[in-house]
Amino acid sequence: MRLVLRGRQPRWVAPVAVLAAVLATVVLTAIPIRLAGANPPAAFHRYLVTPLSTTAGWYEVMLTATPLLFTGIAVAIAFRAGYWNIGAEGQFLFGAVATTGVALALPGLAAPLAVPLGFLAGAVGGLVWATLPAWLKKRADIDEVVTTLLLNPVALLLVQGLLNGPWRNSSSGFTDSDRFGHGYDLPALIPGTRVHWGLGVAVVVIAIAGILLTRTATGIRIRAAGQAPRAAALSGIPVNRLRWRCALVSGAVAGLGGASQVMGVQHQLTQGISNSYGYTGVIVATLGGLSALGVFLVAVLLGDLSVGAQNVSLVLQVPTQLGAVFSALLMLMVLSAMSLRRYRVQWSRPRGRRTPASGGGS
Amino acid sequence: MVAAPRSTYSCVWGWVVSIDLLALVGAMLTIATPLVWAGIGEVVVERTGILNLGIEGTMYLGAFIGFLAALRTGSPWLGLLAAVVSGVVAGLAMALLTVTLGLNQHVSGLGLTLFLIAVCEFTFRLLYAGERPTLEQKFHTLLPGVAVLNQHWLTYVAFLVLAPAAWWVLRSTGMGYRLHAVGENFEAADVAGISVAATRYVALMVGSALMTVGGAFLTLAVLGSYTLDIINGRGWVCIALVIFAQWRVWPTVFGALIFAVTDALQLQLAITTAFGSIPRELMLALPYLAVITALAVWGRKVRYPGSYLRAYRRG
Repeated sequence: MRLVLRGRQPRWVAPVAVLAAVLATVVLTAIPIRLAGANPPAAFHRYLVTPLSTTAGWYEVMLTATPLLFTGIAVAIAFRAGYWNIGAEGQFLFGAVATTGVALALPGLAAPLAVPLGFLAGAVGGLVWATLPAWLKKRADIDEVVTTLLLNPVALLLVQGLLNGPWRNSSSGFTDSDRFGHGYDLPALIPGTRVHWGLGVAVVVIAIAGILLTRTATGIRIRAAGQAPRAAALSGIPVNRLRWRCALVSGAVAGLGGASQVMGVQHQLTQGISNSYGYTGVIVATLGGLSALGVFLVAVLLGDLSVGAQNVSLVLQVPTQLGAVFSALLMLMVLSAMSLRRYRVQWSRPRGRRTPASGGGS
Repeated sequence: MVAAPRSTYSCVWGWVVSIDLLALVGAMLTIATPLVWAGIGEVVVERTGILNLGIEGTMYLGAFIGFLAALRTGSPWLGLLAAVVSGVVAGLAMALLTVTLGLNQHVSGLGLTLFLIAVCEFTFRLLYAGERPTLEQKFHTLLPGVAVLNQHWLTYVAFLVLAPAAWWVLRSTGMGYRLHAVGENFEAADVAGISVAATRYVALMVGSALMTVGGAFLTLAVLGSYTLDIINGRGWVCIALVIFAQWRVWPTVFGALIFAVTDALQLQLAITTAFGSIPRELMLALPYLAVITALAVWGRKVRYPGSYLRAYRRG
């Protein structure tokens, strides 16, 4: 039995591969659920269905998905152009820092001014944090994976340094910033719920990105630059300039996410303002196939899973981290399945002709 | 140990005198140890052209599995053995993803890191919710009462055995040549009869095992307990060090020492009032900033392995 490259791909292969990956993930995560003493079908029901079975649950899911919408689409924009921005975490954090800086400097501002200013500051912050790696890539072709990645811990240290020093809470003395003026509180998108206008902004950003990437000439050029940079360059597309712009836009969008989280949920800068949203954004973008709709759906799915995980941990005493285990495993499984779908199983080896092997083990 | 003369002078000389040099060097060696283990592991892997962003998660795995096994069996030796085995498995997983399936290395590595961190945290919470278990038996330092040389055996091995051995293997043995050949030009290596896949599998399994030793050092030797942020970015520091060192062993060790000395200095300086004004976070950010600066200054002169970030497909 051998694996052989498919000549052509029947249409059923991709959906079947994804389905197989989802099933494999469910089966594999059933083991730790079982070990935690819970019944896997009941637990999965609570993870996936329970949060979406009530309106209040939907609101909570959308609230949880909001930061992932920002970081997911941010990563997708950069990846589309072939710029491997692993730094959404840092850009998100620095966006939050910039918004906090504005909010603490101008505490008395009224909402009509404060909210746009806060978002603007976040976007500029994220853009600034993304500039150095993008510039090094453009000027000297320095690998952006490493530079964007290494700026993540720097951003976290910056947040910690600010909260330990100048921005320490003036009344409690804790390592949180002061609460922002009420002008900076994002209004509720749906009255009476915690779902805030950050979600509205995220959806608008995703819609614009989706239209731009699929319906405009710029979008086609970006995809060309990402998928076949040499061919794109030969046909006159300025690959490096496109990547530079996508890198900056990606940073700005991640920074908007930081602004949304700090103004919409926490109302102050905290050390845990980014619950690995930037890293999870890579999962969201990859699982979403780098498309706007995909990012939206996956972010909502992970939001659902994360709200469900809270519920499961309260009711069935399964630690909340199972949600993170599930999403990371799902990504690896789906990627593996999408790679494997290029092969088909061949039961006997054709005589005389060497077949392209799958790479094989050791 | 020499007692540190406490100086309250705010002048430069004041705090230079106040530094207890022997304690500083001792602390530096201990802090550098996990970075040397994991950093050399990453050198081995990256020599074959694979960027293993799974390093952070692999170090968590080593710290956790080592701790768990030592706690359950009562023996830190068995803990270390379990950690090494878990490292081989993590390397195998990364190899499966990036070599056999040929997936994107950053996404696979990052996914592996997120997965392993979540698994460790999940299991720890599941087993010890609300408790803070500590090891009854952990590794002890070898020469109590002797300044500087009072280190864990894993520290001695890291500097006196691992680093020279890795240097020698990478430089002068057939295995080292094969790693290098695959990393620089895998088409040519394949034509020359070197199995690209096998070489990368071996490098990932050995390298990841070294990373787990680095993680396990923290739980089995230094702390004797496990915390949910035990690695706290050390894996990313190693990624930085290896590029800074341009994929060579001794510069990686040197870089680890420089990072460790800034951290150790910070611990010392926190005692003296004169230096309390420099934020610890700034010092901790130095290695990352140093690498980015170095990359910016050297620019195009940084020579990545030729087959960096690429999966091999024959024909």
